[in-house]
Amino acid sequence: MIETSLMPDENGYFGEYGGQIIPPELIQIMNDINDAYDEIRHTSAFQDELADLNKHYVGRPSPIYYAKKLSKQVGGARIFFKREDLNHTGAHKINHCLGEALLAKHMGKTKVLAETGAGQHGVALATACALMDLECEIHMGEIDIEKEHPNVTKMKILGCKLVPVTRGTKTLKDAVDSAFEEYLKDPVNYFYAIGSVVGPHPFPRMVRDFQSIVGKEARAQFLEEQGKLPDIVMACVGGGSNAIGLFTEFLPDESVEMIGVEPAGKGLDTPDNAATLTLGSKGALHGFKCYNLQDDNGEPLPVYSIASGLDYPGVGPQHCYLKDLGRVRYESVDDKACLDAFMTLSRTEGIIPALESAHAVAYAMDIAKDMSPDQTILINLSGRGDKDADFVAERLSL
Amino acid sequence: MSRIQSCFAELKESQRVALIPFITAGDSEPALTVPLMHALVESGADLIELGIPFSDPMADGPVIQKAAERALEHNVSLRDVLQMVAEFRQRDAATPVLLMGYLNPVEVMGYEAFSAEAGEAGVDGVLIVDLPPEEGGEILPLLYAHQIDPVFLIAPTSDRSRIQKICDASRGYVYYVSLKGITGAGHLDLDSVARRVSEIREISQLPIGVGFGIKDAATAAAMGKLADAVIVGSAIVNRIAEHQGDAEATIKAVSSFVGELRAGLDR
Ligand SMILES: Cc1ncc(COP(=O)(O)O)c(C=O)c1O
Repeated sequence: MIETSLMPDENGYFGEYGGQIIPPELIQIMNDINDAYDEIRHTSAFQDELADLNKHYVGRPSPIYYAKKLSKQVGGARIFFKREDLNHTGAHKINHCLGEALLAKHMGKTKVLAETGAGQHGVALATACALMDLECEIHMGEIDIEKEHPNVTKMKILGCKLVPVTRGTKTLKDAVDSAFEEYLKDPVNYFYAIGSVVGPHPFPRMVRDFQSIVGKEARAQFLEEQGKLPDIVMACVGGGSNAIGLFTEFLPDESVEMIGVEPAGKGLDTPDNAATLTLGSKGALHGFKCYNLQDDNGEPLPVYSIASGLDYPGVGPQHCYLKDLGRVRYESVDDKACLDAFMTLSRTEGIIPALESAHAVAYAMDIAKDMSPDQTILINLSGRGDKDADFVAERLSL
Repeated sequence: MSRIQSCFAELKESQRVALIPFITAGDSEPALTVPLMHALVESGADLIELGIPFSDPMADGPVIQKAAERALEHNVSLRDVLQMVAEFRQRDAATPVLLMGYLNPVEVMGYEAFSAEAGEAGVDGVLIVDLPPEEGGEILPLLYAHQIDPVFLIAPTSDRSRIQKICDASRGYVYYVSLKGITGAGHLDLDSVARRVSEIREISQLPIGVGFGIKDAATAAAMGKLADAVIVGSAIVNRIAEHQGDAEATIKAVSSFVGELRAGLDR
């Protein structure tokens, strides 16, 4: 059994992954954040405020939904969704954004900034900052700005400053670089609220803790409603926050199989994918050690996925460790299967998923048919597809 | 004594301040780098900081980012950079060369292979921007063993215990970043630099280099009164960018600028 409560170690390592690969001046600042987090997370004031927001603002607990029609159409295992798509702002990202914003406020930070890929983290953070009277600045690649237009509009309405990123890949990786550059101008007063379980310690730990409410609720709900645990829990993996959020509570349950689904883009045999755990090698990027998609010289590759939120050459350190341990299996799904699942779920169940989440749905559909109806798959439906609707309609000439 | 240590010892003897220009290896084309390094020395550089191009330079401003992009267009790898240093060494056995870059290329090459090959190529120092001393457990002993001096950045926000930790791990010199944040930004505040430099001197005997934001002979001269070395990056890289595609003009412009800086320091 894995003692997850002990992860990461005091230096922020999950096995050989994680740590603080950052300029020396930031160590003190990261450690201050870690200390402040440790200081407040057990206080009832913080817990009560977060619990209140989760209930009355986000709408937690999110339900578990049995996708009866989808399961029937696929034939085989029964497929369930943890409905993070029903959260306020439309995805799981709000779970860690409220936590990060509360912490930033507690620490007296004057400005919160972050990168965003699909715009879900950006919208969620802008929302939390509006609520808590914090200045907010979001960096987003030009390509993603075009693709995720509805989220861009929302961020503007919410009053955050949107910085288009024109360098490099013009997507998530370079948005991180750009936001980090701004952060370094005044790390004492700014708070970089990173958008997934990535970045230097303590972020992979902190974001995981805030996201783990998903698995806590889901495990209890599933047990109560089904009288047993699911056979498989599954989630898409970009940086890995929604996956770790669902998985954490189930890690000690040895009977529960875990699968993380990565984007195979245009195919694993093409350069246009972002299947980091499937194809990557060990490296260090954006402040932490992890599997990377990189060339022989250690340059991160210009990765690609139809889902902007999965389009990242690194991945959370805990996932790297769980892969090496063999506790979680990482698979991949290409653009085409993702789009198929997006449409199938929309038309069988009337649920339009985020393209990110549709990766997990696609993989579940693929394996469910070879399973029996008394077996169950629980998927983290991490977000809704409003942001992707126009893009998909155009892509499929609807 | 390492080449860097004897360089600073000699400078101290003659009461001169070290001039350390920074260029990115392979900017604006790979063939330019070695001739440019020689030109830097001829116009008054005491030590050279050579940037290893990396696509995600999280602590660099736009000027040095662009330099890395130009070099990466030519696929300049860490091994190419070591090759350039080896070539430079054929004609210059005296001037110390310090590589400055990010951890990932080094990580991917392997710490042992990097330390050995860099030592062999004639590299004297290494500054890995995103490697704090705390994360140096594995690589630092290898660098020391190959007579390569690790140099770390000290920032305005570093407190005493942090400065102590950085100085303990550093060899050769320490690098005080005189401006908040990323390279090439903002304005100088000489008084605060003076205060911090004397604070570092209380903690360590190591020579202190001050850099980031030195744009001309006058600021170099002012910084030179406070520190043992001045480091000039963006202002030089700007000149390389201006003369892209014309090697001769690049060398001429950079040489004349470095000459001005030297004159400013020696005044
Ligand atoms: C709905 C949704 N799911 C998943 C992701 C991927 O992030 P992570 O792997 O951190 O959950 C994103 C990122 O934007 C997202 O918007």
